[in-house]
Order: sequence, then structure tokens, then C-alpha cells
Amino acid sequence: MPDTTDGKMLTAPGPAVTETVAPGPESGPAPAKARSLWSDAWHDLRRQPMFLVSAALIVLLLVISFAPGLFTSASPRHADLANHYLQPPNWGNFFAPDWLGYDGQGRSIYARIVYGARASLTVGIGVTVLVTLLGTLVGMLAGYFGGWADTILSRVTDIFFGIPFLLGALVVLTTFEERTVWVVILALAFLGWTQIARVARGAVITIKQADYVVAAKALGASTSRILLKHILPNALAPIIVVATIALGGYIAAEATLSFLGVGLAEPTVSWGGDVSTGREQLRNAPYVLIVPSVMVSITVLSFLMFGDAVRNALDPKLR
Amino acid sequence: MGRYVVRRLLQMIPVFIGSTFLIFSMMYALPGDPVRALMGDQSFDPERLASIRAELGLDKPLLLQYASYLGNLLQGDFGTEIVSGRPVADIIAAAFPVTIQLTIFAFTFTVLVGVGLGVVAGLRPNSIRDRGLLTLTLVLISMPSFVLGFLMQYLFAFQFELTTATVPEDPAITDMMLPAIVLGSLSLAYVARLTRTSMAENLRADYMRTAVAKGLPRRRIVGVHLMRNSMIPVVTFLGTDIGTLMTGAIVTEGIFNVKGVGGAIYEALFRREGATVVGIASLIILVYLLTSLLVDLLYAVLDPRIRYA
Repeated sequence: MPDTTDGKMLTAPGPAVTETVAPGPESGPAPAKARSLWSDAWHDLRRQPMFLVSAALIVLLLVISFAPGLFTSASPRHADLANHYLQPPNWGNFFAPDWLGYDGQGRSIYARIVYGARASLTVGIGVTVLVTLLGTLVGMLAGYFGGWADTILSRVTDIFFGIPFLLGALVVLTTFEERTVWVVILALAFLGWTQIARVARGAVITIKQADYVVAAKALGASTSRILLKHILPNALAPIIVVATIALGGYIAAEATLSFLGVGLAEPTVSWGGDVSTGREQLRNAPYVLIVPSVMVSITVLSFLMFGDAVRNALDPKLR
Repeated sequence: MGRYVVRRLLQMIPVFIGSTFLIFSMMYALPGDPVRALMGDQSFDPERLASIRAELGLDKPLLLQYASYLGNLLQGDFGTEIVSGRPVADIIAAAFPVTIQLTIFAFTFTVLVGVGLGVVAGLRPNSIRDRGLLTLTLVLISMPSFVLGFLMQYLFAFQFELTTATVPEDPAITDMMLPAIVLGSLSLAYVARLTRTSMAENLRADYMRTAVAKGLPRRRIVGVHLMRNSMIPVVTFLGTDIGTLMTGAIVTEGIFNVKGVGGAIYEALFRREGATVVGIASLIILVYLLTSLLVDLLYAVLDPRIRYA
């Protein structure tokens, strides 16, 4: 049943990836037929320890970002300089406000990393969703129509591709006075869609010569029907692979930009911002910097492992 | 071959103009005004502001401003900074050599260690050392460069006291090693993985069986047959990587206080000095475009089946 497996397989990366998958099942093969690519992939995934571990971590991170209050009673913004200035961690006291120590402003580091999860995940997932939608649209139009449309869209892709990601993001973000989560998402998506556009274009060019597309055309199917019901579902696998792997990269990019002071700013709690606050005390209180750094790395690692597992399952060449 | 190069160079022109225009318009069209910044917090006369803007040509339409900028750029004139009055060419001349040195170190490190590790792992797919490499590279990829940078700084400068925390004003070659390793480590992980996958795939190729059956020495089979065929995806990655390394230097240079392009562009961004930002960005984009052409030409060297008419 491709219908249910699709949903299950993609619960973790976020609602919108499932959304792009949505057209898949409708044109997928009948359940009676041999297993489809998707159910095959799902079958494969359940057996991969890497997938299970990363999916569990991602679910945990999602729960933390939806309900940070469940994990700590301390407030991430409550600063008590008098009592807690750079108080070192109390490693044995699990999940208490003083578990991971206090930063240079007397704020509980544990509370800050719990509340920082939301910003990281929202940016990562938000950028991935936007990039996937935009990239798929551009890539499909360029690949399917070819000719002038392809020339123009491919040149535009080249132009955006030519701008180094970090440099472009710095230039865009410094122009904004108030950098909310949404500004950061839009800025990263504006610069990041080219990779998916290229992958989608390549996939569509291969698929449009397939017999079933020729048959659909001969039967008089409209262009939009061919694109949505025949080409899109079959081009999705490589797009999803690139998108899930890129997700970790966007989380790292957000942290890097916040660290540089052009990403998320107070009052938004962000791990990257906390790393940059911690750098002044690196010599005498390294944990202020290390704890949020470790959180960024664990989160990026979970999404990378997840993406790797999905690629192993979806890419027939790696079987 | 010659015609192919000329055609590719011509195709680069619109991409170069497009990319630099994009950066230019982001710098000049969006809010944030260097002339306003020049006034600081003191009160100012709006007429005076307008006259300075007119003098600098900032009141003209964006496209005209860009055209005159590009015209000057083609004559080697990068413009001058509005606040300091310093020619942008001077800033570039001071900053670029440092960053290029850093990038070359990082690139060499990436190629040598990355390809080396990839070969070691790729020759025995699914062995312990292969799994070890995959785990190590996964960890490296998941550490953003600032995390790795501080980790290295903390360990090597504060704990073991092998180096200084920041790079001194007039850096010796050894001072640049740590920043270069931090800068190159992400690419190193990708290069090692690409090499490993490509080698493991090609191990099963027909020509490998033939080479073994012919009784060629192992050194030649791996060194010539396998390596040459496996390097194409790696070279592709390395080509686009130089531009990424040069911008990645913004973070690394910040951590280790290296006075290079990263620091210059970062400062200029906050002072809204468009000419400096666009000038440095144009050079980085140019490096990026030229290296991607070089990569395409290298394909033909690596794989004689690829010919450019």
C-alpha cells in the first residue's frame, strides 16, 4: 500500500515534505502489483539502524521544539547575575536548571538549549520546504519545456548558483534590521533553491522520454496532468534525497549566520547566537560555548544520518 | 578545444554580470544607507545629505549605477569607500593574498588527506576502516566550521598550548596551519566520501577485471586504472569548492583573527560599503567561474573519451 507507507516514511522531516509527496500515491501502481519504489524503500529503511536512531533523535528534537516547557521549568531569558554568573555545570543533576551550568549573564544553559531547538528546526525545515517547492517548480518547467524556457531558467539558476551561499546570505541578511525566523528562512531559500532545480531538471529530462509519458500525451492528457500525475511522482525520489541531506546543512547555516551576528537575534533563543556569546569565556568557561555547539552538531548529524538512510533506500544504484 | 574554451568564456559573461548585479542590487537597493551612516547619530541637514548622494551618484536609477560600476570595473577601477575614502583596490590588495594563502593551504590539505583517506577506505568497501572513515566524515560534516574552529582553538591553544589562539599580524606559514585545517575539514570529509564511493563502484568495473587478468602489478592497477577513472566526481567537487573555501574563510578568519578577505567583507557589510562588498564578491565569483571551467577541461585529461570540439 504505497498510500500509507509514504506518509509513515516521511513523518519525521516535517509536514511539508509529505505535502510534496502527496501526488505520488494517486498515480502509483495498484497495491496488487509488486512493491513500488516507495514501499520497497520503507521496507529497507525499517531495517537500517542508522535510520531508526536518527528518526528517534529527530522526533525527540521535534517534541522539544514544540513543547520546550516539558523539558525544563527554567526560563531561558531569566538572568540572575548575582547568584549564577558562569556557574559551572553540575553534571550529576540531570535536567535541572543548573545541569549544564550558567552563562556569562547568569542564564541557565540547559534552558537555553531546550528553547533554542525551535528556531533551528523551524529554519531547517522551513528552508527545505521552500527550496523543494521552488526548485522543483523551476526544474520541472525547464526540463519539460526545454528550448527557450530551459535556456532562460538554466541561466537564472547558474547566476544564483554562482553566488557563494554564505556570502549571499550575509549580504541579504545584513540589509534587514529585524531578523525574525521568517526573514532568515526566506533569505536562505532565496539563495538555496538552485541545487534542487538542477536535480529536478535532470530527472525530468530523463523521465519525459519514458513510454508512459509518450502514451499519456498520445491519449490527449493536458500538460498540467502530465506534469503533476506522471512526471512529478517519478522525479520525486532524487529530489527528496537531495532535500533531506540539505536540511542538516541549512540548520548548520542558520547557526553559522547567528554566530556571525546576522542570523537570529535576541529575544529569539538560538544555538548559534549562544555560541557567539560563549566565545569570550572560551578559556575559563568552555562549557558555555561547547554545550550549544554540541547541540548544533547532534541536530545536524541526526538529519544527515536520516538523509543518508533515505538515500540508501531510494537510490537503486546503491543497492 | 580552443573554440570550446572561447565559447565557455563567452557564456560566463552573462552569468558573471547576473551574479554581480544580484549582489550589487542587494547592497544598493535594499534599506541601509552608507551616507546616512556617515552622519552617525548627529543631526544633519537633509539637503546636505541629498547633495552628497548626488555627488556619489547614489540618486541615479539602480541599473545606471550598476552600468557605471561595471564600466569602471572593466578598467580596473574598484571604486572608493564612502566613509574612509580608501580605494577599494587597496583593501583588496591587502586582504586577498592572505586569504589566497589560507585557501591554498586548506585546499592542499583537503586534496591530500581527503583523497588519501578515500582511497584507503574505498579499496576495501564495508571493511572496518571503511566504516570508520564513514563515521569520522559524518561527524566532521555535522560540525559547522565555527564549532570545529573553537574546538581546535580550545584544544591546541588553551589546553595543549601548542599554538597561539589567534594568528599574529605578520603570520608565518605555521601560524596558518590550524585555520587552514579548520577551513578545509568540511571539504575534506566530502572529498573522502566521494573518493571512497567512486573507488568502491569502479572496483567492480570490467576494465579492472581485465587489468587484474592481464597480470598488471597492483600498484599500476590502483594508481593508474582505478584512480584515473575514479577522480572525475572528486575533481568536479573540488572545482566548485574553491569558491566555497574562500567564503568559508569569513568564519575561520573571524575565529582566528586572520586579516583576510573574510574580515574585510564582514566589516564592509556592516558599514554598508557597497563598493567593497561588490568588489570582493565579484572577484570570488570570477574565481568560482574560472575554476569550474578548469574542471571541465580537466575532464578531458582524466577521461580521453571526453572531447571538446
